[in-house]
Amino acid sequence: MLLSPVAGLGRSTLALLAMIGRMGLFFAQTLAAVLRPPFYLREFGQALWAIGYNSLPVVGMTALFTGGALALQIYAGGSRFNAEEVVPSIVAIGMARELGPVLGGLMVAARVASSIAAEIGTMKVTEQIDALVTLSTDPMKYLTVPRVLAATISVPVLVAVGDSIGIFGGYVVGTGRLGFNPAAYLKNTADFLEMWDVTSGLIKGAVFGFLIALVGCYFGMNSGRGAQGVGRATKSAVVTASVLIFAANYLLTELFFAA
Amino acid sequence: MIELRDVHKAFGAKKVLQGVDLTVPTGESMVIIGGSGTGKSVLLKCILGLVRPDAGTILLDGKDVTTEERDDFLSHFGMLFQGAALFDSLTVWQNVAFRLLRGSLKRPKDEAREIAIEKLRRVGLGPDVADLFPAELSGGMQKRVGLARAIAAEPQIIFFDEPTTGLDPIMAGVINELIREIVVEMGATAMTITHDMTSVRAIADDVAMLHDGVIKWSGPVGEMDNSGDPYLDQFINGRAEGPIEAVR
Ligand SMILES: Nc1ncnc2c1ncn2[C@@H]1O[C@H](COP(=O)(O)OP(=O)(O)OP(=O)(O)O)[C@@H](O)[C@H]1O
Ligand SMILES: [Mg+2]
Repeated sequence: MLLSPVAGLGRSTLALLAMIGRMGLFFAQTLAAVLRPPFYLREFGQALWAIGYNSLPVVGMTALFTGGALALQIYAGGSRFNAEEVVPSIVAIGMARELGPVLGGLMVAARVASSIAAEIGTMKVTEQIDALVTLSTDPMKYLTVPRVLAATISVPVLVAVGDSIGIFGGYVVGTGRLGFNPAAYLKNTADFLEMWDVTSGLIKGAVFGFLIALVGCYFGMNSGRGAQGVGRATKSAVVTASVLIFAANYLLTELFFAA
Repeated sequence: MIELRDVHKAFGAKKVLQGVDLTVPTGESMVIIGGSGTGKSVLLKCILGLVRPDAGTILLDGKDVTTEERDDFLSHFGMLFQGAALFDSLTVWQNVAFRLLRGSLKRPKDEAREIAIEKLRRVGLGPDVADLFPAELSGGMQKRVGLARAIAAEPQIIFFDEPTTGLDPIMAGVINELIREIVVEMGATAMTITHDMTSVRAIADDVAMLHDGVIKWSGPVGEMDNSGDPYLDQFINGRAEGPIEAVR
């Protein structure tokens, strides 16, 4: 009786480890599938459209409001040291290195990991995945590879767009609300922002994009039976993708910090 | 020739197949009958490698299906799934021509479309449905599109999982005739699952009855009516009383 919570904890730890193992295997299978022909160009194009282009509004809105709020916060903090003039550069650095990729990645995770998991999960429970196999088409190549590649390529682009919009949000608040001179704000931003700030954020974006699509496909392909199975797969995909984004973000930041 | 020897499959504690032995000669039409949930669909999926049997061997022309090159092997197969399993992101004709639009059987788009429309006609669907999406069709129409897709690449071995379920009697007759034609004209080997006894008599050369995880009876369709097997008799005559318990 007393031991049952402990046993439960042990069981879920084992289940978690097993899942990590299966995801590692799925990751390896995906890489193997990327390297072997055929390559489904049409599916890749559709995935680029669905993952990249259609995520622009949500990523743009997120960045715009975040940039604005960031300007206010940095102003509030900076004014304690009489250092209000750091606002433009810190907004730019914060957006490019951290908030652009992380918040953009999370929004894409919410939008894309869920829809991939739900779509592939539905295909699985309605035997469409089985049908693909009987029609001599590898589901990994036909479904997973196009989505994973499209996300890996398009999320960095979304991050770049998000960075610019976020900096613009900071500019609007900085000049309109905090009394910065527009020309000085822009000059300050340009002078202090380094190429690496932007590049490191884009690398993060690529890793996040890869993880989002991989996790979405994994949970879809392993969906349980029925509507409940698909619902659970969708939820797990979003949660797992989000947690992985935070974990990968920390690891990458540590790596870039050391370099 | 398809040979199953002592095939077992369980899902967790639930034993579904418990030693199935079955031989389907090339160019024959085998019909599998049996109660709902006895594992008929699972049996077909085992042969296709979609479900991995726990034990036993499955041979196609003497070669083990689990060790053969899978793509090569599947290119000779066509399968109609019980739930049609149409790709809902593709139009009807693209579903039917799926195999003809990619891979080793790839051909020009116009030609693939023409073949698709011809196959749709054979299952009693007009060219007007070709550009619709599967979600816009009725259940019976989806089933027939699934059938057209299964036969589109003229496979040598075709599996039909309940081809006439959900069809009106006339359309069921058309489909029975089509399956018979495919076996006779194309010389294909067919395995059909059905609950419809009219269909069994129209399609089958041989009949096998799956019950309690094993083949309880198998033989030519002509011997079905006076087999003397109480299980088969109860099943084909649809009686509630008999050795097969109907839980109420
Ligand atoms: N993927 C699976 N996971 C767990 N159980 C399964 C799975 N597939 C089938 N089963 C179980 O195996 C049994 C046989 O299923 P199957 O679909 O083969 O039945 P069937 O004979 O085709 O029935 P019906 O005539 O109703 O289609 C069922 O009890 C089902 O619950
Ligand atoms: Mg079935």
